[in-house]
Amino acid sequence: MSDVAVRVEGLSKLYRLGQYVGYGTLRESLVNALRAPFRRSRSKSAEPKYEYIWALKDVSLEIKQGEVVGIIGRNGAGKTTLLKILSRITNPTEGYAEIYGRVGSLLEVGTGFHPELTGKENIYLNGAVLGMKKKETDRKFNEIVDFSGIEKFIDTPLKRYSSGMQVRLAFAVAAHLEPEILLVDEVLAVGDAEFQQKCLGKIGEVAKGGRTVLFISHNMNAVLSLCQRAILLEDGKIATQGPTPQVIAEYLSSGDNRSGEIVWSFEDAPGSKLVKLCAVRVRNEQGEVSFDTDIAKPINLEIEFWCLQTTRVNSAFSIYNQLGVPLFMTASLHDEVWAQKEYEPGLYRLSCQIPGNLLNEGTYSVNVYLSTKLRRSNDVSIEQAVSFRVHDFSTGQHDYSTGPWVGVVRPLLPWSGRRIGDLR
Amino acid sequence: MSNSRETSIAPAIVIRPFRGWVPINIRELWVYRELLYFLTLREIKVRYKQTVLGFAWALIQPLMMMIVFTIFFGNLAKIPSEGIPYPLFNYAALLPWTLFAEGINRSSISLVQQATLIQKVYCPRLVMPMAGILSPVVDFCIALLILVGMMIYYGYAPTMRTFLLPGFVALAGLTALGVGLWLSAINVKYRDVRYTVPFLVQLWLFASPVVYSSSLLPEKWQIIYGLNPMAGVIEGFRWALLGTNPPGSLMGVSILIVVVLIITGAYYFRRSEKSFADVV
Repeated sequence: MSDVAVRVEGLSKLYRLGQYVGYGTLRESLVNALRAPFRRSRSKSAEPKYEYIWALKDVSLEIKQGEVVGIIGRNGAGKTTLLKILSRITNPTEGYAEIYGRVGSLLEVGTGFHPELTGKENIYLNGAVLGMKKKETDRKFNEIVDFSGIEKFIDTPLKRYSSGMQVRLAFAVAAHLEPEILLVDEVLAVGDAEFQQKCLGKIGEVAKGGRTVLFISHNMNAVLSLCQRAILLEDGKIATQGPTPQVIAEYLSSGDNRSGEIVWSFEDAPGSKLVKLCAVRVRNEQGEVSFDTDIAKPINLEIEFWCLQTTRVNSAFSIYNQLGVPLFMTASLHDEVWAQKEYEPGLYRLSCQIPGNLLNEGTYSVNVYLSTKLRRSNDVSIEQAVSFRVHDFSTGQHDYSTGPWVGVVRPLLPWSGRRIGDLR
Repeated sequence: MSNSRETSIAPAIVIRPFRGWVPINIRELWVYRELLYFLTLREIKVRYKQTVLGFAWALIQPLMMMIVFTIFFGNLAKIPSEGIPYPLFNYAALLPWTLFAEGINRSSISLVQQATLIQKVYCPRLVMPMAGILSPVVDFCIALLILVGMMIYYGYAPTMRTFLLPGFVALAGLTALGVGLWLSAINVKYRDVRYTVPFLVQLWLFASPVVYSSSLLPEKWQIIYGLNPMAGVIEGFRWALLGTNPPGSLMGVSILIVVVLIITGAYYFRRSEKSFADVV
């Protein structure tokens, strides 16, 4: 029990929806204030016209010292509210939390930055905002500047920086914060991929240093690689907590839009007079419809459509990764058999296989297109029709070690070589 | 991690819903003194960035006011100035007045201006209006140079009383803080404050003995006049520098009012503080 870092009991937070104030409310407040002495108790009847929402409802949890815990959940699930309460930015409506140790919270990079001040001045200001002592900042100043990689601009006002440089500087300061308990909210959403990797590395370092970290992220890779334990929040309540892979799996499978399958009825189906889209699916090697796939196994993308008149149909998929980078497009037009085929009216199912060991880890979305010979434009074009996620289930003893690999794709390529001579 | 043993005994921080009135946490303010320093420094540095005249603005503003007041009130209206040359009489009042007015201006908007800070970081919110009060002190010191010049020109030498000057400066700052606490906290909820402050300051200017002397008022009104704490501050200023009538009973009332303002302001501030992040 003595090694608890954070203990939360029945924490709840109520927010009032709608317009908070107006001129009417000022008058009301004054009237209420004047009437207050004459009322025996504070009746709630004075303000019945507001809607309330529990951003957090009865959350209890315990985090041990040195634990790195991921908090996941959809937007509006209460993740940030939880962190804001733990970092004392906002106050809970009910319940309590105990925190054992110095807390550093990072809800945003670069809070308190001022565009008119120089990089150097901002480092000190931001440091103070994050709770760093001036001496501490003095000591780490060179390190911070090195990490940010903007030595040349350190005496330039911040407003002359590119936004990327601002983020780098901001994160550099934050990364050198040394609290016992670190609360981090989706700070990785900013910056380029390389920088995100750098940030992740730094958070990993902090975690290895034996400090407690609470980490909110939508980047499941990051959560998976950093956190032993994860907490899934849904509508302000804890839906699941436990080992990260299980919680993530639960989270991913609970989604509606994160789905390996989409099906339309004939009436609602998108399409033209010639073709109508019926279904799009992602199937794993066993042929099961699946959102989660194994990095080493092939994936089948499947399209079903109704052909209403005899014509030639071209089906195509394009694959995008989670950063929106198009990986490739593939079309039945280029297939020997299907390219020349005249489609009789009927229901068709085509599928194409993405080989295993090609895609990198991550979430991919699939755009679907159907076009016919008679039309130049697409008859059907559905963006993000389905999505799937590639997991690295390997344990490290095989071809790949675990952990993130650089690159949009991660093909397994043959290598060859031989000894070509003696020393010298 | 060295103190994890101790911290595991009692929680470092307990978070629970605020209820009712909470006193100011002085110890925490002390812990965050460096943030106050950097926020004040930021205000000062940013103030005159990208201006041609820079800190000269701190001189120009009270100087121009003094000239205008001297022309209209000193020369045209011939308001008596207790035998002191009107420009000096007026400028000695404008100094603490400007400090006070700027303090109110900056502190009342401080919380709203730094909304992101409030929503993203924890710190005692009190440091924000405090930085708004402290930052005009630099302008005050610059403007003080002109006063020194004027005193030399008109042949007024400093006396032992002059050593009391910092006390009156502090009183001006504290008055501004008392008002600033109220206004900044109200401003978070009701932005009406932004439109109220400019004319509040203007009215207050004429309610204070800046262009005239409080000795114009009959003796029996002096105590009531002291309800305006700036009356005590300004009369004290003139007394310490120029040797006008000492602000006796008026001063006592003013100090009392400042204490009341600060205590009530601090309590109101603390009471509203819990919802700042949700409302701002």
